[in-house]
Amino acid sequence: MTRTLIRGGRVIDATGERMADVAVEGGRVVDVGAGLGGDEVLDAGGCVVAPGLVDLHAHLREPGGEQAETIASGTAAAAAGGYTAVVAMPNTEPAADSRSVVDFVTARAIAAGRCEVLPSGCITVGRRGHELAPFAELAAAGVRLFTDDGSGVQDPLLMRRALEYAAGLDIVLAQHCQVDRLTEGAVMHEGECCSRLGVPGWPALAEELMLHRDLELVRLTGTPMHFLHLSTAGSVELVRAAKADGLPVTAEVTPHHLSLTDELLASFDGNYKVNPPLRTMADVEALRVGLADGTIDAIATDHAPHSPETKEQPLDVAPPGMLGLETALGVALAHLDMPLARVLAALSWKPATIAGVSDRHGGPIEPGGAANLVVFDPDERWEVAPARLASLSRNTPYRGVKLRGRVRHTLFDGRPTFRDGAVAT
Amino acid sequence: MKHLLAIDELDVADIHRLLELTDHMVEVNQRPNPKVPALRGRTVCNLFFEVSTRTRLSFETATRRLSGDVMTFTVSESSVNKGESLRDTVETVAAMGVDAFVIRHRSSGAPWQACRWTTAAVINAGDGWHAHPTQALLDAYTVRTELGRTGGFDGLRLAIVGDVKHSRVARSVGQIFAALGADVVLVAPATLLPVVAEHATSDRLDDIIGDVDVLYLLRMQRERMSEALVPNLHEYTERFGLTAERAARLSDGALVMHPGPMNRGVEITVDPAELPGSVIGHQVANGVAVRMAVLFDLLGSGGVA
Amino acid sequence: MSEVPAGTNGAKQVLGADDVRRAITRMAHEIIERNRGLDGVVLLGVQRGGVWLAEALAASIGDIDREAHVPWGSLDVSLYRDDIGLRPVSPGAVSEIPFDLGGATVVIVDDVLYTGRTVRAAFDAIGDYGRPEMMQLAVMVDRGHRQLPIRPDFVGRNLPTSTDEVVVVTETGVAIS
Repeated sequence: MTRTLIRGGRVIDATGERMADVAVEGGRVVDVGAGLGGDEVLDAGGCVVAPGLVDLHAHLREPGGEQAETIASGTAAAAAGGYTAVVAMPNTEPAADSRSVVDFVTARAIAAGRCEVLPSGCITVGRRGHELAPFAELAAAGVRLFTDDGSGVQDPLLMRRALEYAAGLDIVLAQHCQVDRLTEGAVMHEGECCSRLGVPGWPALAEELMLHRDLELVRLTGTPMHFLHLSTAGSVELVRAAKADGLPVTAEVTPHHLSLTDELLASFDGNYKVNPPLRTMADVEALRVGLADGTIDAIATDHAPHSPETKEQPLDVAPPGMLGLETALGVALAHLDMPLARVLAALSWKPATIAGVSDRHGGPIEPGGAANLVVFDPDERWEVAPARLASLSRNTPYRGVKLRGRVRHTLFDGRPTFRDGAVAT
Repeated sequence: MKHLLAIDELDVADIHRLLELTDHMVEVNQRPNPKVPALRGRTVCNLFFEVSTRTRLSFETATRRLSGDVMTFTVSESSVNKGESLRDTVETVAAMGVDAFVIRHRSSGAPWQACRWTTAAVINAGDGWHAHPTQALLDAYTVRTELGRTGGFDGLRLAIVGDVKHSRVARSVGQIFAALGADVVLVAPATLLPVVAEHATSDRLDDIIGDVDVLYLLRMQRERMSEALVPNLHEYTERFGLTAERAARLSDGALVMHPGPMNRGVEITVDPAELPGSVIGHQVANGVAVRMAVLFDLLGSGGVA
Repeated sequence: MSEVPAGTNGAKQVLGADDVRRAITRMAHEIIERNRGLDGVVLLGVQRGGVWLAEALAASIGDIDREAHVPWGSLDVSLYRDDIGLRPVSPGAVSEIPFDLGGATVVIVDDVLYTGRTVRAAFDAIGDYGRPEMMQLAVMVDRGHRQLPIRPDFVGRNLPTSTDEVVVVTETGVAIS
C-alpha cells in the first residue's frame, strides 16, 4: 500500500495547530510528527494542512442540467477548492424527492471519486410546495439535509407539518428563506441601487419574514433547522436572538454575501445576479460580525453553475447563481478579519457537524482519522481566471479579482484529488 | 463620448454641448432642404426589441438628415422567445459593418450588455424602466428654448407626476433637470415611486401645482391597477390628473409636458391644445434635432472634444 | 489649435491694430472695385474667426460708400467638413443668414486661409442655402500650405509660416506663435 507523506506543513484542526509531517495510508492518517518518510511526497512548505473543506450547499446540476455542470465536473471544482465533501442540492431535474434520484447522485459521485457527495432531499414532492417528500425513505438512503432550495416552503402549515414529521428521524430541514409573493420578478436587492437601475427589487423583508416564521415554528416544534445563505443584517439579528433563546438552529452564509454588494449590478452583468441577491455594505458587515461571533455557523458556497448563454441574457431573464467552490477559501481569507482556525472552522468542521459527517470530515488530524485533507498556501495571492476553472461553467463574480489563499493539494480518502495546483486525473 | 447610455453617465459639460449642438440641427431642420452631409458613409442600425414607432422614426429621420445610412431591425417578441439572443443579434449586425447601434429593449441594462459585443457606438433608445436619455435631452432642450434658459436650470421647479417607478422617462428626465440645476419633485403615491427616490417626493399634486415652472406628466399604464398599485384610474385622475381645475392653478408661463402617447382622460383631462403652456408638440419636433446632435457627437467628433 | 493671446508666451506680433484696420479698409475698397455697384453682394463670415471680420468689412464698405448697404451673415461649416470623425469638431454659433443666397455674389470671409478645407466646406454649406451667382473669398491672412486649388480674391496680408506655427487674428492684431 502506498504511503503518502504531506511534508513540512503547519497542521491546523479543531484541536489547535503544530508544525508536522502527515503520513497517510489506506485512506487513513497513520502518523503525524517530525521527519516522517513516505513513498509519495506532497510538498506542504509554507502551507497549512487542515481537514478537508465541507460545503453544505452546492448545485451540481446533474441530473438534468448537465450543460452547466455534472457531478464529475462539480466534484473536480470541489477538489480544486479544497473540498472533500459537498452537499448536493435537490433542485435537479427530476428533483431529489425519491430514492432513485438520491441513489443516482451517490453512484455518480462514487464513480467520479473526487469527493464525497451528500445528496440532500426535497422537503416537498417536486419542490412544488404541496405534499411532503418521503423523509424516512430518503433518510434510509443516507440523506441528512432536506430542503426545497431554489425556493422556500411558502405554506406555513406545510412547514409546520414538515418539522413535526421530521422529529426523531435524525434529519435536518434547511430553509431557503424567501417569501415568493414579495419577490415576484425581482432581479436584485431592493434599495437605492435597484431604484436607480430601474429593476424590480428583492426586499430584505422577504427573507426575514420567512426566517422569523420558521424560527417560531422551531420554537413550537423543537425540531432543529438550518438556514441557508442568509443575506441580510436583519437575518443575523433574528438568528442571534433565536440562539440566545436556545433554539436548535444553525445558519450559513455564502462567500459572495461576505464580499460583494449590490452596486456591482450597475454593470448589468448577469454574473452578479444571485438569489438571495447581493446586498449592501451594511449587510456584508453584519454577516461578517455574525460569522465571527458564531451566530452564523458555516460558510457555504451556494455554488450555482449556469452556462454563458443563459448568463448573457438581459439581467431580468438571466438565471440567478454564482460559482463558488473554487474561490470560497480565497474569498474567505481575503475578506475576513478572523483567525485562520476560525475561518477553517466555518469552512470545515462546523459544516461537517451540521451535515452529520464529522466521523469522516473535519475531524482532528491524528493517527486513525480519515485522510480527507486540504493543503493550502494561506498567503498566496492569485487572480481568478474563469477559463482555468474546473467547473463546466464560467459564471464567477470574481473574474480578474485577486484572492488570498490558494489550494495546493486536496486528499480525499487518502488519494490526491488535486495535486500541485491541478485536478488529479 | 463613445456611447450615450444614460444621463447619469454624462457630465454637465456633455449635456450643454449636446444641447448647443441641437441648436445647429434645429437650424438645419428649418431649411427647405433639411439635410447635411455630416455622416455620409456612416451606418446606423436601429435595433428595436420593443415596438416604438415614434422613437424609431425619430432616429431614422435624424440619421437621414445627416446623410447617414439606416438599417432598422425590429425584433419581434416571438423571435426573442425563440431564443434569438441579444448577443447573436448584435454580433450579426455588427459584422455587416455599422457605426452605431440605437437600441430599444424591454430589459433594463440591455444597451450596456450590447457594448460588450460590438465596437460600434451604442445609443440607448430606452431600456426597461431604466433610462431614456434622448427623451430627457429633448425635454431639456424644449424647456431651454421655451424659457430661454441657455445657461442652465438653476432655481427651475420641475414636477414629474405619475408612475415614476416604472418609467425610464422619469429617471432620465429627473436626472437631466437636476444636473442642470433644477429642483425636481416626484409626485405619485408611494406605490408608484422607487423605494429610494433620487429627488424630493410628494403625494399631493394640489400642494405644489401652483409653484411649478414645468409640470411633466407621465403616461399611466392601465395594467398598473391589476398589480394593486392604484385602486382605479378614476381615483388616480382625482389625485394626480391634470384637470381643468388644476390647470387653472398653474402659474403664468408654466410649461406642461408629456412624453407621449397620452392617456387622455387619465393623466390629463383637459385638451392640451387649449393649455397655453403646453409644449407637447414641440417636444416631438425637437426629438429629431436632439437625436441628430447625439449621432453627430458620437460619430462625428472623432473622439473626445 | 489653442489660441495664444498676442504678445505672450513667445508669440510674435506681426501686425498691429492699425495695420489690421488699414487692411480692412483696403480690402473693402477692393471688394467695391471688383463688384461695381455692389449689386447683390453679401458677406458671409465663417464661424468662428471670420464673423467679426465680415461685420468689420461691411461697416467699412458702408463708410466708403454711403449709398451701399452690404448685408452680412455668419456661416457654420462644421457639418460639412471633410475631416468629420477624424478630429474633434466643436461647432461655433449657429449659422445666421438673414437673406437669400440664390443669385447673390457671396463673399466668403475668414480670418486665416491655410489648407483651404474650411473654404471647401463653406462652398458646400452655401450650396444648401441656394445657388449664388458667384462666390469670392476674403481673408485677413493667407499663410500658405494649401491642400486644395483655392485662391483668395482679397487678402489682408500674405504671411509665410511653417506648419507647426499657430496664427491668431483679432481686431487688435495678428500674431504667430
